[in-house]
Amino acid sequence: MYKYDNYDQTIVNERVAQFRDQTERFLAGKLTEDEFRPLRLMNGLYVQRYAPMLRVAIPYGLLSSEQLRMLAHISRKYDKNYAHFSTRQNVQYNWPALETVPDILADLASVEMHAIQTSGNDIRNTTSDQFAGIAQDELDDPRPYCEIIRQWSTFHPEFSFLPRKFKIAVSGATHDRAAVKVHDIGLYLVKNDAGEIGFNVIVGGGLGRTPFIGPSIRPFLQKQDLLSYLEAILRVYNRYGRRDNMYRARIKILVNDLGKEEFTRQVEAEWLQIKDGVMKLDQKEIDRVKGFFTAPDYDASAAEDKSFAAEQESNKSFSNWAKRNLFPHKVAGYKAVVVSLKAPGVAPGDATDEQMDHIADLADKYSFGEIVVTHDQNLVLPNVKQADLFVLWEKLLEKNLATANIGLLTDMICCPGLDFCALANAGSIPIAKQINDKFNDIDYLHDIGDIKIKMSGCMNACGHHHVGHIGILGVRKKDEEFYQLTLGGSSESDACLGERLGPSIAKAEVADVIGKLLDVYVEQRQEEERFLDTFRRVGITPFKDRVYPKKPVKEKAHASN
Amino acid sequence: MRVIKDKKIVDDEWSVIRDLDDAAPVPDGDVILPFHYWQANRETLLKQASKHAVWINGDTDVEDLISDLEHFSMIALDFPVFKDGRCYSHARLLKDRYDYKGDLRAIGDVLRDQLFFMHRCGIDSFQIREDKDAEDALNAFNDFTVRYQAAADDAVPIYKLR
Ligand code: HEM
Ligand code: SF4
Repeated sequence: MYKYDNYDQTIVNERVAQFRDQTERFLAGKLTEDEFRPLRLMNGLYVQRYAPMLRVAIPYGLLSSEQLRMLAHISRKYDKNYAHFSTRQNVQYNWPALETVPDILADLASVEMHAIQTSGNDIRNTTSDQFAGIAQDELDDPRPYCEIIRQWSTFHPEFSFLPRKFKIAVSGATHDRAAVKVHDIGLYLVKNDAGEIGFNVIVGGGLGRTPFIGPSIRPFLQKQDLLSYLEAILRVYNRYGRRDNMYRARIKILVNDLGKEEFTRQVEAEWLQIKDGVMKLDQKEIDRVKGFFTAPDYDASAAEDKSFAAEQESNKSFSNWAKRNLFPHKVAGYKAVVVSLKAPGVAPGDATDEQMDHIADLADKYSFGEIVVTHDQNLVLPNVKQADLFVLWEKLLEKNLATANIGLLTDMICCPGLDFCALANAGSIPIAKQINDKFNDIDYLHDIGDIKIKMSGCMNACGHHHVGHIGILGVRKKDEEFYQLTLGGSSESDACLGERLGPSIAKAEVADVIGKLLDVYVEQRQEEERFLDTFRRVGITPFKDRVYPKKPVKEKAHASN
Repeated sequence: MRVIKDKKIVDDEWSVIRDLDDAAPVPDGDVILPFHYWQANRETLLKQASKHAVWINGDTDVEDLISDLEHFSMIALDFPVFKDGRCYSHARLLKDRYDYKGDLRAIGDVLRDQLFFMHRCGIDSFQIREDKDAEDALNAFNDFTVRYQAAADDAVPIYKLR
């Protein structure tokens, strides 16, 4: 993975000093709350329902074991012994005291980490595919480009006060696992007719109140032009994005208001002015950064192992886990292991300090010391020899980290909701619990198979509900929590927004309604169809009819008596 | 007025005229005029005064100033609230693209914690908000010694130094 040199380290150290000074000035009354807000936000510090919340950047989700241990240490020393991994591959602490944040940042800096631009109206952490570097369907490793973007965007002097936050995602695989099309800028690595690798540039995707799947504005961009093109897009956005209304300020609104053609024209015109200047990337630099993401020392005889097959034969729990929580690796005899942070009874994405330490140890022992955060809020050990899988599984079990549910119903995405978030309409974590309580039969879950439930406590859509196969949105009715369901969304290569099922439902009914939706699926599915495939084939009507049965007229008349 | 220039606090003679009707007579002294006033009274101003300065904000299209750049010894960029980041792009365009050689000045909600960014975008002088300590603001220039990306200052992308 990328290693800081003197320059990188100096920047994070200076940031710590700067924020320490800003915090002191605020506490001394020299900065007003209004003036301090954007400064702390640029350091990922929100003030929430009960306490400040600190968001720490995990660039493209990649962590060393040493870094993960530091995250555990911070949760122990400054927080309540746990941390929350987010859909943007970041990590959040819910209970730090404001005065201690400079010390937390100093601890982070000691392991090459920071909280720079994890909130605020600036360019946020660039996200990517959790299986980058090891996936079989990968054309090129996206991480070097993410790192190049990270450096370019860090304290970018022109783009630190944008109309709104700005999120970039990069994927190098045929199968999109990074929700690229719902980002402000999404980049797919692609090959052109000449066999060169470059980027397909998507702009103006996003969720929130007005969700959009982003259109492509340039099907092929040369790698050398990456930064100049990003700069051109950002400049057009910075100049013309709306600032009068926070809810209309994302770039998706600008792209939609101007129309894709006009927006593209403006970007291309701006780009022409800068593309051959200092912004042009040297191939040397691309190669230098690529040099940090080389393959580890794989064991060439890893595939000869027979124990993995044998253990699966003899142990049903292990084989259930192996079926769901492993991901194919490009090197024979290796697997990527998904460590589930979705055990029943635990808030999705939460990990305790002990669990983090444990995973860090396992990463050292079995996966070359690296861990990746996934955008569905789990962790990945990307390089595990198949001969080690059984012991690894046993060790994960010890700390409740081996729930065999990856991609299943209970592997939900869930925002903090009413339990922590000041903006929430309704709880999301209690709904996750309700779903876990109702669907606790592992065989049933495996039978239902791949399905993505995504949940947000309000229309800001932190939980990506629009693109869930089943989306759940918290709303408020007469001061009670209600939930609006959508069906058929996807954030992958076939990205689309879900369709509204019908009127919102009461809190107590959510899991039961999901049960009805699954019944329809089980009755209607053909062969290997997933829930999403069946939904796409049969449409929303059968689901609607099951959840909102039309009452016969007579019965209605009777009921009103 | 007291401004920060070349990382020092200096007194200079310029004052900003915020509101000015296009039909009003040309004000005396070294004044920074609203750009619309310049547009409306261009010929008169060119005849009457020897030095000219205008102020613009994020709503102004910088492209509208380009043909007159040679006449302005100063262009002030107004930040009605510091969060309004449009003038950062204006500054870069004026300096990088249109090669403006005069004094680019930040006025309005200009605070210590934005100076580093403003300076990097090519803004030369800063009129710190009245109620803030300008001495204190000078510290902002020392916040960072490393700059990752090229901008309107002389920095090159850091990788070229690696
Ligand atoms: C509790 C503190 C949080 C607050 C106050 C908060 C606030 C917001 C707001 C206001 C938006 C909408 C921005 C817009 O549409 O312009 C948003 C979007 C988003 N949040 Fe959060 N959020 C919080 C926690 C989280 C967490 C824990 C996650 C990850 C699990 C997350 C992930 C996201 C994502 C991915 C979006 C982007 C949706 C989009 O594309 O529009 N947020 N957040
Ligand atoms: S979706 Fe709403 S409730 Fe959930 S974290 Fe985001 S802002 Fe808070």
